Amino acid sequence: MEKITKDDVHPKIVEALLRDTNITVEDALENEMILNMGPQHPATHGVLRLLLRLDGESVVACVPELGYLHRGYEKLAENMSFYEFIPHTDRLDYLAPMANNVAWALAVEKLIGIEAPPRAQYIRMMISELARIASHLVAIGSFAMDIGALTVFLWTLREREKILDIWDILCGARFTNSFTRIGGIANDAQPEAIAKAKWFIDQYEENLDECERLLNSNRIFIERLEGVGVISGEDAVELGLTGPSLRGSGVEFDLRRSKPYLFYNDMDFKVVTYPEGDSLARYFVRADETRESIKIIRQVLEKMPLGDILLNQPKKVLPKKTEIYSKMEELIHDFMIVNFGVNPPVGDIYSAVENPKGELGFYIVSKGEGHPWKCKIRSPSFVNLQSIPHLIKGRMISDVVAIVGSLDPVMGEADK
Amino acid sequence: MSSLKELIIQKLKDKFGSVNFEFSEFRDELTVLFDKKNVVEVCRFLKDDNELQFKLCEDVTAIDWARSKNRFTVVYHIYSIKNGFRLALKADVDESGCSIDSVSSVWKTANWEERETYDMYGIIFNNHPDLRRMYMPEEFEYYPLRKDFPLMGIPGSIPLPKK
Amino acid sequence: MGLEAKLTQDGIITSTIDAVVEWSRKNSVWPMPMGISCCAIEMMAAGDPKYDIARFGSEVMRFTPRQCDLMIVAGTVTYKMAHVVKKIYDQMPDPKWVIAMGACTSSGGIYRSYNVVQGIDQFLPVDVYLAGCPPRPDNLLNALMQIQEKIGRTKAREFRNKKLPDPTVLQNN
Repeated sequence: MEKITKDDVHPKIVEALLRDTNITVEDALENEMILNMGPQHPATHGVLRLLLRLDGESVVACVPELGYLHRGYEKLAENMSFYEFIPHTDRLDYLAPMANNVAWALAVEKLIGIEAPPRAQYIRMMISELARIASHLVAIGSFAMDIGALTVFLWTLREREKILDIWDILCGARFTNSFTRIGGIANDAQPEAIAKAKWFIDQYEENLDECERLLNSNRIFIERLEGVGVISGEDAVELGLTGPSLRGSGVEFDLRRSKPYLFYNDMDFKVVTYPEGDSLARYFVRADETRESIKIIRQVLEKMPLGDILLNQPKKVLPKKTEIYSKMEELIHDFMIVNFGVNPPVGDIYSAVENPKGELGFYIVSKGEGHPWKCKIRSPSFVNLQSIPHLIKGRMISDVVAIVGSLDPVMGEADK
Repeated sequence: MSSLKELIIQKLKDKFGSVNFEFSEFRDELTVLFDKKNVVEVCRFLKDDNELQFKLCEDVTAIDWARSKNRFTVVYHIYSIKNGFRLALKADVDESGCSIDSVSSVWKTANWEERETYDMYGIIFNNHPDLRRMYMPEEFEYYPLRKDFPLMGIPGSIPLPKK
Repeated sequence: MGLEAKLTQDGIITSTIDAVVEWSRKNSVWPMPMGISCCAIEMMAAGDPKYDIARFGSEVMRFTPRQCDLMIVAGTVTYKMAHVVKKIYDQMPDPKWVIAMGACTSSGGIYRSYNVVQGIDQFLPVDVYLAGCPPRPDNLLNALMQIQEKIGRTKAREFRNKKLPDPTVLQNN
């Protein structure tokens, strides 16, 4: 953190920061101070720049600045076909890459008008819930580390390594695995992966209880978080919060219940809400959601049927590799789909799923060609970050770290 | 759900008799197209109505059709938590008067979403409290998502530090 | 290692100063994690109990540049972020080394777009390039061992008369 003058900050940002006051930048050194919590900082969960206007220790105004990780996803999507974009969706919310793959596959399938076979849908549910557990583990771990409890971070990362091992067996990559395909998934779940998933969910609850025993009745943890960053239910909906941050303010809104996709309306799980609306409530929502995910995975493993994992529709779905090398029609279809793309009908759709961070939506406009005419990614972290100035007003600098950690933003998603 | 769609169509036609609405459906989702000068009134009516209650604004974005008349279309996606229903609103914007009224007075979510649309497309939102660029640096002169901006960018438009 | 054997005999070890300095410097490299995006998560995973980075001497990952020797640039560097990375690289004291972790830092990676720098060697001198998207943590440990070998070959006198970069005005009071 370093002191800055008006040469380092663009004048429009300074103007936004100093609104409602007649203090100029030179006078600010006497009464109030402008502090830059810059893009490189151990506790900002990625490259987020916060400009704070301080009166002593308490924050009077805050202006976040994004764009340090803007990679140009939407422009890239206009130049490549639907299949080629799947590895790019991994890197959006890079803590739960499988969930983003599932979201993109569902959006494109909705546009084309096909549906994956049941076994593929059950496996997609299983990997989405594993991704939810992995993301919440990192969120809890780094949140506790920011508050000062360093041991919890190492324990949650140890649990997360077990999930990464399951993904490694399933598709070969620990992380940023482009596992789903349009019309199904890449390959079938092997027996070792299913056995390892069963072993994981049996031993997960005690390890989570061990981590929680360090935190839940710890007086320092509770006093640092209780009443910090309170937001009411109506304000949260007004500001567009979704996901655990919204459910921590008492609003019961979960896309898996309201607009069910895959087979979520057959599953029995609870939507976790806490009414208080402070950082402690958001932490409890995340910890309890992992328990509900374990329940869902258990039901998925019981109910999973046998069958195909890739839809048999040659004009839209890539055929199997063994058949491409030996049969003529499959070779032609493969050539057409890879070079010219799946040609969806003219129109536009918006399709959203419940990601660990909130609601991830894809708005795809198609003109009948093989690549989208426009693709907008509605990322949850971008909209959640908008509520930071509202939550920080009046608190102290050390609460800024706690509040940003409880909202759990991921900059790869927020900056697209 | 079809009764809710008919209810919305009926209510909009009753309240705004003078406005010309065009309704369309694709893959079971309803889209409403209207003139850009009625944006704020229609959005406020949809949010405050007791039965509809479209309180959550999910997304504000624009499409660049790359044609000479009505080049852009601004799209709003709104959601009602009470009814579990999603609606898409569209308004055409021409390139010559490249501006539209801002709905950030209706939903606060639209604040940053409109800034991002301004940054990427260059559409100016009237009465926006804080219209600055979102992702690109402030000195950047072009609008990246327009169809005439190349994918690799224009060399020299953003400076790089020296070795 | 032979050290304990020597210590019980006469208690005298002969060596050159260079060798002792290199041995101590290469076994206590403190990295500065410039974690920007997905590769940063694998860097965090290199520090967790399964792939322990502390046994290589990188016990602490300090986030302040003044105390580090090695900068691991992990994640896509955009044009806006490049100025920040260069500023922090200038703030590190000599001797310093740079690992370019992942495909995005080596050559722009899968992003061939208007805002991504196609390789950080356009503005930083890089010592080790690490391939992968993201590279596994064992791969990062391999790169760390290569840097240790490189440090072992560097003599202390090479840093003595090094030309300083032009002073940039960092803050005016």
